[in-house]
Amino acid sequence: MTDISQTQPTATHDWTSATARRRVRRRYAADRRLQLYGIAAIGTAVALLGVMFTTLIYAGYAAFTTTKVELGVFLDPEKIDKDNIRSANFRKIVRDAFLSHFPDVQGRTDKRNLSKILSSGAVYIVRDYVVRNPDKIGELVTISVPVSDPFDQLYKRIIPREIQALSSDRILLYRQLEHRDVLSVQRGVGVVKTTLFVDPAQVPKEGGVEAADYQRMINEAFRSFFLSEPSLSYREILSPSAAEALKNKVVANPELVGKTIEVNLPLSANYDNLLQKGEAKIRNPRFRSDKEFAWFDSLIQRGLISTPFTWELFFNADSRFPELAGLAGALSGSFLALLVCFLLSFPIGIATATYLEEFAPKNRITDFIEVNINNLAAVPSVVFGLLGLALFLNTFGMPRSAPLVGGMVLALMTLPTIIVATRAALKSVPPSIREAALGVGASKHQVMLHHVLPLAMPGILTGTIIGLAQALGETAPLLLIGMNAFIPSVENIGLTQPAMALPTQIFSWADSPERGFVSRTSAAIIVLLGFLVLMNLLAVYLRRRFEKKW
Amino acid sequence: MVKGSLTMDQQVVSPETTTIRSVVENPKITSKDVCVFYGDKQALFDVNIDIPRFAVTSLIGPSGCGKSTYLRCINRMNDTIPIARVTGEIKIDNQDIHDPDLDVVELRARVGMVFQKPNPFPKSIFENVAYGPRIHGLVKGKTDLEELVATSLERAGLWGEVKDRIHEPGTGLSGGQQQRLCIARAIATKPDIILMDEPCSALDPIATAKVEELMMELCENYTIVIVTHSMAQAQRVSQTTAFFHIGYMVEYGDTKQIFEDPQDKRTQDYIFGRFG
Ligand SMILES: Nc1ncnc2c1ncn2[C@@H]1O[C@H](COP(=O)(O)OP(=O)(O)OP(=O)(O)O)[C@@H](O)[C@H]1O
Ligand SMILES: [Mg+2]
Repeated sequence: MTDISQTQPTATHDWTSATARRRVRRRYAADRRLQLYGIAAIGTAVALLGVMFTTLIYAGYAAFTTTKVELGVFLDPEKIDKDNIRSANFRKIVRDAFLSHFPDVQGRTDKRNLSKILSSGAVYIVRDYVVRNPDKIGELVTISVPVSDPFDQLYKRIIPREIQALSSDRILLYRQLEHRDVLSVQRGVGVVKTTLFVDPAQVPKEGGVEAADYQRMINEAFRSFFLSEPSLSYREILSPSAAEALKNKVVANPELVGKTIEVNLPLSANYDNLLQKGEAKIRNPRFRSDKEFAWFDSLIQRGLISTPFTWELFFNADSRFPELAGLAGALSGSFLALLVCFLLSFPIGIATATYLEEFAPKNRITDFIEVNINNLAAVPSVVFGLLGLALFLNTFGMPRSAPLVGGMVLALMTLPTIIVATRAALKSVPPSIREAALGVGASKHQVMLHHVLPLAMPGILTGTIIGLAQALGETAPLLLIGMNAFIPSVENIGLTQPAMALPTQIFSWADSPERGFVSRTSAAIIVLLGFLVLMNLLAVYLRRRFEKKW
Repeated sequence: MVKGSLTMDQQVVSPETTTIRSVVENPKITSKDVCVFYGDKQALFDVNIDIPRFAVTSLIGPSGCGKSTYLRCINRMNDTIPIARVTGEIKIDNQDIHDPDLDVVELRARVGMVFQKPNPFPKSIFENVAYGPRIHGLVKGKTDLEELVATSLERAGLWGEVKDRIHEPGTGLSGGQQQRLCIARAIATKPDIILMDEPCSALDPIATAKVEELMMELCENYTIVIVTHSMAQAQRVSQTTAFFHIGYMVEYGDTKQIFEDPQDKRTQDYIFGRFG
């Protein structure tokens, strides 16, 4: 090598020179850098996905189980008429059955609070059970019914029994007092050493010290203490009995009037707790009394509480009660809408794509159609919803909220996707196959049906499934045509019946104030994502299945 | 076997081209003033050839001179190219193939074609051969179809190699086997004419020899037109040869005569290797 470069210095490139080496090193460095960028990008994407899935699962897993109580109910033949089961007063039957688990509980308020442990839907569960099993009338049966939302959340440890009583700004006020070293505990009571002026102006002529406005004096003192504090929340620091304590002191020593004195005034309960126990907690306001905890604990101890898998999530219709709400309506609505969408968009899409790709003459009109189809794929879905509203509902007078119309709107949306995918798939079929078929005398449509379409099928199916998956998750157009009807029963399912769809169900649950809908919403999102993953797996499977080498 | 006998007759067609036009008795295919245009570009200029029946005719010439284009005129495959336009007259057995009454699909069944690159359907070997007969309704019943497939494969010299795996994909065969499968597919529709566009360009010498042997056998019953870049092959298999040069059919005659005593300067240059 060196010999050659010495004998022919201009003819050959010197691959061993320092510059050449450097170039090689730089090339390697560039390769590595590029690889690193790629890995970093993939890492970020995977991490983001991971975060999304963990939060979803963390928020939603609770909804996949329901806290239930085993309720022993005596189906009294005197109260339930065999021939008219629905007319029986199940509210009372369920309430009595539940109360009978607690013979000690007396009094109307306690009884009412106790029965609130059960979900309001328990009544319907028992009623439906009896309707399904009329032969059980006269027997003592055990039926699992859900507990109400707060207890469900409590049992799953999503909400605590006690919550912080003082907000952080209240605690800041407390810290100011602490800082001035005026807090102490005297005879078991937390007190604030307060310097205040016993204002003679507050002592009326008649009545004397007995009738003086001590609260006002205290307020004055605290106002000057918390001069920089804009709100009046410092007034909650002292117990309401502070004024009484000051009064007692002044009444005992009337000469204090007109003087500035130091008194220990008692703290209010929350601040007292904070001083003496280091924290201030109160019962979670979602529960009415501590007795409820005792009752619930006794149910747990008796082994009556269990958390089975929430099949109701899939088999129940929507409900105002989160513990009863299920996706059956949404699933059937989405299924019907997707079915309509598929039946419309698949054949029309393939026919359009085939015609444009294989048969249409190339001219202005077909060019125009082509450009517009490609543009349609980029039109926001809400526009299709508006079109559906204007055209299908208002002009054609089709039923509102119906899966039929939903499917038609989704088909409008899916069509461009399918057409574009089909055309790409048709284009990717090698021309040699067409020539071969034409060469043995296949007509144009035979070439198409026997050779090109089967070969393009994996691509077409993948495009279709991706289009349908998009349609499955589409919310806006369905909201516009009203496919977010509240349907609390699964009895009337049909193409023209009002219905819900998965994404609109998620949308409406996310909008509900009840705490239990938070996890229901996440659970519904998990179900939706599950279906999307399934559809994508199906696309992969079909692609593998139909793909052939040529 | 009736072989068309040739007599040569030189005739000047255009100032820059000498077309040596052969007179063939009872030709299978006759072309008169065939011109082909791809859009505005003319690819073939006034081609006149009479192709004898039951013989192998070679089309030779430098790349891009229009051999494939001419071949594709015979079964009207150029119709499938939107920008292609063919003028002039081509007759098969004295019937104009551009006659509006003539069914182009039937024409293609009667004029089989084997392409340069083997292009079996991505289906089983059996389906590959059975497809043509099936769509044209050439046989009735399963046994007849099976028999036709077997004889076609047999005649293409492939039966022995594939008879045990007839239902396996045709794309799983070797290149040479695939090409013979394509030949079997072409003869299964019982054509009178087989067009072959460089059928051996992707094959090794052994497979080439097999295909050549096959052509020589097939020309007992078929009229074969073959495009080739191998002069040796043209000499080995064909009885007549046409030399094309940038869109013109320059010289046409007995293979022996073309290779030993070419009349045209361009043919001489090409055959004796004086082209770059
Ligand atoms: N589909 C087409 N569109 C446009 N021009 C074409 C097309 N097919 C062929 N041509 C042109 O026609 C001329 C003849 O092409 P053709 O394929 O017949 O050549 P050939 O003799 O078969 O060459 P080769 O030996 O390389 O196969 C070439 O100039 C080519 O560019
Ligand atoms: Mg060619």
